Formats: sequence, structure tokens, C-alpha cells
Amino acid sequence: MAHAADIALMAHLMRRAGFGAGRDELEARVAKGYDATVEELLDPETQPPVDHYTLLRHQPSALLPGGVPPMGNVNYMYYLVTTQRPLEEKMALFWHHVFATGNSKVDNYDQLLEQIDLFRHHGMGNYRDLLLKLAKNPSMIFWLDNNQNHGTEVNENWGRELLELFSLGAGNYTEIDVREASRAFTGWGFETKLPRLPYGRFPWKFQYRPEDHDEGEKTFLGHKGNFNGEDIIDIVVEQPACAKFICRHLYNFFVADEPQVPAWNLEPPRDPAAIDILTKAFRENKYEMKPVLRTLFTSDFFKNARYKHLKSPAEVVVGTLRQMGGYEIAKPGYGELSMQPSYMGQDLLNPPSVEGWHTGQEWINSGSLMARINFVAEQVGNTSAPGVQSIIKRLRAMGVLAPEQMVDTCLDLLGPIEVGPDTKKELVDQVKEWGDLSWDTAANAQAATKRTGELLQLIVATREYQFA
Amino acid sequence: MAAKQKDPVLVVVQLTGGNDYLNTVVPYNNPLYRDNRKVVSIGDNQILRLDKDYGVPSYLAPMKQFWDEGKLAVMHGVGYLDSPRSHFRSMDIWHTCEADKVGTEGWLGRVIREIDPNKENVITAVSFGPCLFRALSMPGVPVACVAGPLETYGFLPGIQEQTQRQAVLDRFSRMYKPIPGSGVMEYMATTGLDSLKGADILKAAPGKYSSEIKYPDSSIGRKLKGIAQVHFADLGTRVFYCDHGSFDTHAGQNPLHASLWTALSEGLDAFMADLRSHDKADNVIILIFSEFGRRVRDNGSGTDHGAAGVTFVIGEKVRGGHYGDMPSLEARKLVQGDLNPNMDFRGIYSAILDKWLHIDPVPIVNGTYEQLAFLN
Repeated sequence: MAHAADIALMAHLMRRAGFGAGRDELEARVAKGYDATVEELLDPETQPPVDHYTLLRHQPSALLPGGVPPMGNVNYMYYLVTTQRPLEEKMALFWHHVFATGNSKVDNYDQLLEQIDLFRHHGMGNYRDLLLKLAKNPSMIFWLDNNQNHGTEVNENWGRELLELFSLGAGNYTEIDVREASRAFTGWGFETKLPRLPYGRFPWKFQYRPEDHDEGEKTFLGHKGNFNGEDIIDIVVEQPACAKFICRHLYNFFVADEPQVPAWNLEPPRDPAAIDILTKAFRENKYEMKPVLRTLFTSDFFKNARYKHLKSPAEVVVGTLRQMGGYEIAKPGYGELSMQPSYMGQDLLNPPSVEGWHTGQEWINSGSLMARINFVAEQVGNTSAPGVQSIIKRLRAMGVLAPEQMVDTCLDLLGPIEVGPDTKKELVDQVKEWGDLSWDTAANAQAATKRTGELLQLIVATREYQFA
Repeated sequence: MAAKQKDPVLVVVQLTGGNDYLNTVVPYNNPLYRDNRKVVSIGDNQILRLDKDYGVPSYLAPMKQFWDEGKLAVMHGVGYLDSPRSHFRSMDIWHTCEADKVGTEGWLGRVIREIDPNKENVITAVSFGPCLFRALSMPGVPVACVAGPLETYGFLPGIQEQTQRQAVLDRFSRMYKPIPGSGVMEYMATTGLDSLKGADILKAAPGKYSSEIKYPDSSIGRKLKGIAQVHFADLGTRVFYCDHGSFDTHAGQNPLHASLWTALSEGLDAFMADLRSHDKADNVIILIFSEFGRRVRDNGSGTDHGAAGVTFVIGEKVRGGHYGDMPSLEARKLVQGDLNPNMDFRGIYSAILDKWLHIDPVPIVNGTYEQLAFLN
């Protein structure tokens, strides 16, 4: 049925370009059309921004969260759950994965949230401009010690990670290049910070100190000159390796799981042709992200990559909360909700190192698998949640449901989700034990509601459900 | 596989946040202690003396009791070279024994692999806490992570009604049939089935438990009770892990440190009493550590991150006493204002691995470190 195929494709798009969507939203978006939806996602300004004041009304500590969880997490989770600009938010998360900056050292959620905001506002703009803004971001400068990068004593941390992790990838530059890039960024620091006591944290501000800058000639990737930081960035983005690296990151995040980044200079991409398509768009459009994303989301390789991405803890939690509904207000208990991705292995705003999180299969371990399943099951097992009620309403409209119908419909409305034949058989057998479900009397409806909750829990416990 | 009654068991209690060494084992006769801590030093009349040099605050009274029994080993000046004073980096170093790069294998993960290479017992390691501690992390090694009460540990705790629960869990195990060669799906199958099996085995533990001992009503109290329950059920668990905190007492240290240690000491008191009353104490030792100590000079309200810290080992087979020396508090001997570590934590691990668990420490801690003789 054409409509079912459209719904399935739209669900795939929304899971990847955002954090999923319930059936009502999917139908509205299908009515608009796939390409029109992609355009809307690429134009976040057409949707209202997150209402920061509503967050603060209920969680005033989220204004300046300071150094200790959970208020930083609450602030971020609120945006993730309530945003009407899904791709803008998803791209911010993408850049957070790549430009991984962690509270373990920064010890300042206020500043880290500013960095995320930077990614929101500029993450879909020009990559070269974003790199330059990142080089001036005080959290990043502090995280990678560039405030200790002096003309008289060079510190290579930022220079190295800029090349290795943020643009070119290992194997595409030499140690000399690292050194020379670091020299070019000497003097890029921040204003002397005000002490934390007794008034708490003050904002950090970028400051360039020309007297601290190495004005000598640098030789970087074959170019010679008295380079400053922006020159290094200009040279870097021109490199074919840069396009390949960033596009492979986009592929890994939005299309299908690649091996871990440290293996990238040893293992080729799983779909080199797809990477080529993306790099061509990246270079032809002079590093503008929107044309690349448009190319990605409208490509066949994307549309055919169903369930080839193992959900990150952020996607598990945020996707579930958005689908369940009722989390638009940051009520008491939001703190604990915001910590759920941490329990599943992804402490947002605090990646374990500048290399970011290991993704794909490595999200799963004996602790996280149970945490993922139990969290989602608890949510979908709550039959009074708006998202579950919406499913029940559609089930009721179908009248008496045979077991196979019940399973198919729940899989459809929860996703659509595809499961293997063995899994499907188990789900159908379970419902068969309950018999047909009907909603005609109050007693039957109550029983059917209970069974629906249990079936949803079983569905979200399947292995297939861990994929997006 | 039924566990031999007397297989050695290790209980690890992690004090998260950086426990303040100097206010835990107090050099009360050293004038530099009070000179440096005008605000947070423990008053003389609140110190229980261990000997002429050191004492513990009165809120560590049960620990003093273990000391008097000769069952408490106090390791002084514990740390490692070039401490970064970062919680997460320091904790990672304690968890992975990798000081120079980001390690991904936990030392206890390696221990479990060594003890049970064929995965005959999926609950060889049980952790009480919501996420997998990196110390236990090792691909392919199952660890039961008990996030809530032991009674409800398992998948889909929302489905409580017995027959329904059994039906759903049976269904779950059938859905998780491993498909060899299917990559991630197979990996998830093994992980899921191991966790399911572990939950199945563990849920028997509270039912078998019967005790006169009353544990304090605190998070650490509940975790220690859970550990006792699993230990008494003879399920073959060899490593237990839990944490307590936050000890990151930058401000308002005195009441905070007191309440944290009161909860912990009372919990340990009940735990050891429980073990002893069931005659199940002999094969257990408890390692209590923190990722670093705190600065010598206080900041007017609390203390900031330091370097060298104190580590404790408690057990019937522990040779109680001081091990190592407290690093000097003299300003010229401090490192960045902090006590200079003079005992590498990997030496403590090595002694436990070699003398208690009887496995080769070198590949687990990535090197050879001096072992102290705190185990009989």
C-alpha cells in the first residue's frame, strides 16, 4: 500500500533527522510530502524556537546550572524533548559528538550549554565558519588547553585534535603540521577568568593576545606563510581529506553505523560511493552544510538504510519521551529523566574524552541493555500516557483485533518497526495466548488496554527495537 | 556451577568525588594540620585516637572498632604520578590502570575474564548502581548491574504478576535467540540472555536471606545489604561493586563529610556483623578507595581536589595496621599544594590479585608494583 510505504519512509527520516515522530505527526508530514519535509527540516527558522522561559519557570536552576549534574542535563534534555526544530537540534548533537567537550574538565555547564547553542545556530551553516567559531569558543580553548599555547611555549593539544578529530582525520597530516598549526593558534585564549568565589561563575570570553602569538613563518600542509589560526582553517577545509572525514561522520551519524573513528584510516567506508556523493556536495558548495544534508536525506542510500543505525542513549530516551508526550513541561522528576542517557552510557555534555563516545554496537553492554529496555518499557507500559492513548484510540477504532492484526498494528503505530520472522512469531504467539481483543464493553476495553501496554513493552524489549 | 564455599570474594566500595584523606585519618598531633585547616579541621575532642599520631573523627566509630580488632588496614599516601585532579580522569585511571591514555578495559573486567573465562557463571560480578562502572567493563564479560532493589532486578520490572511475568520473560528469551554471524544482533542476544539468566539466578537471593541484623536506612546501607544477600545465597559471585558519595566537598565540608561517613560506617558495621553472624566473613575483604584525596589547605568552607589519598581494606583475614606513611604536610614537600603520593594504587590492587584472588597481577594492572603485606 503506497501510503504505508510513505509512512515508513517518513518515520525513517524523522528518526534520523530528528528524534522520531508519532503517527499523527507522520501523517501530517506525509501529506506535505517527503521533499517538502526535508526542506522544512533544513529551514528551522520557520518553526518557533524552544521556549526557554517556560523551562526556567519550572526549573530555575537550569538558567546557570554550574558544575554538577543534573541541572545542565535538565536544560539540554528540555531542548531535545520540546524542540520544534528537530534537525537543528539533531545537528547540534552531531557536532557535540564530533567536537566532544566534556564537563569532567570544563566543570561549567553554563559554558557547555553555550557551546551547544553555538552548534544550534551555526551547525547547519558553513563548516569553515563553524570551525573558526569553535577555535574561539572558550570551553573548547580551555578543554584543549589552548589558553596554555604560547608563542614562547607551544601547547599542541588543540592543534592536534583540530586536525585529527575535527577536520582531516588521522593519517592525513604529519607531526610537523601539528606543530605548525599549534604555532599558528598561539595567543588564542580567553580573558582572565573571574574567581568562582564568592559570587559563582562568570561567563568566559574569547581573547586574542597578539603579544603571545608566534609571528614566524609556518609551513603547513605544503603551504608557507606567517599563518594565524584562520589561515590554518582555510587550508584545512580545502583538503580532500577534510571533506571525506566530515562526510564519513555525517554518514555514520545519519545513515549507517561505521566502525569506530580510530579505525577510519585503516578501514574504508562501508559505502564509498555514498561518501563520494556527499563529499562532492560538500566541496561544490564550499562547505555549506545544508546542501550536503539535502543531498543526504534525498539520496537512495539514505532511504534504503532502514534500521542500520543502533540508537544512541540520547535517541532512546529523547525519542521515547517525545513519542509518549507529557514532557513538554519540566516537572519535578525531570532531573532523573535527564540522567537516563548517562545510565545508558552517554553522559550528555560530558563525553569521556575529546574522542567522543563510541557508538553503534559499543553502546550495548550488560548494564546498558537492561537500562535501555527497562526505561522504554516503563514509559510505554504507562497506558495513560498521551502517546499510548493515541495508539489505543486507533486500535479501538479497528474493533475486534485478531492476534496477528494486533501485533502488526502495534508495530506499525509504535514505529513503524520491522522485526524478523522469529521475533514476529513470538509476539503473535504471546497475543494468541490472550485471544482476540475487543473494546465493546468496559471490562473488555480495560483488559485490552492492559494487554496493549504489555505488548508494547514486549515490542520495545526486542533487539530490533534498538535500531533506528 | 556451585561455588566452593571458600572462594575468595572481593567487595569494592568506591567513594566517588575525592574523599578527604586528612579529615578521615587525622594527623591530630601535627600542628600543620590545624594551621592549614582553620575552618575544616576536626576538633581534638571529636577524634578517636588510633595511636599517638593518627585518629579518626568520631563519626568513623565503627571503623575504629575494626581497627581495634586488628581488621582494618590503612594505606597512606595512595595515588599515582602526575595526578590530573580531574574526577573523571582520575577515576578512569583507578578503573583501568592506564595513566597515560584512555583505557577501555576495567581491571575487574579482566579479573572476571580470568576467573571465569568460559562464562560459566554470569553473575561472577555483581554491581549495585545504575550504570556499568568502567572498572568492570570488558567486552564479552557479563556484569549484573542492579540499579534498584534486588527484589525487582531484571527486565521489565513493571510486569509484576508472577505468571504473566514468567510468560513475558520466557517470550523474551525466545526472541533473543542468537543467530551466529549476525554481528550486532548476535552480540545483543548473548548480552540479553546473560542478563536474563543473571536476573533469574539473583532473584532467588533475597528470598533465601534471613538475618537479625538491621541495616541503616540509607542508599549505601541498602547496597551493602544487597551484597550480603547475594553472598549468603552462595551463587558463586566473586566480585561485588558499589559506590557512595558525593565526597566532592568543596564547600560545607564538615557536616557533609560527617553524614557520608556516618552512613558508610554504619553500613559497614551492619555488613560485617551480618557476615560474621552467618559465618560467611572469612572469605571476604572490602576495598574502600577514592579517586584522590583533597588539598591540604582548606578554602574557607571545604577543600579542593588534591592528589594522595587514603585507601582502606577490611576483612577477617586482613592484617590491620598502618601501611606506608602519610606524605609530609610541609609546604615545600607538597605538589601543587597537595600531598605527594608515595604509594601506587596498583600495588594495592596487585596484593589483592596475587595474595587474595590468586591470579597474576601483572597483566591486569599493566605492570609490576610493590605489594604490601596486608593480607594474611
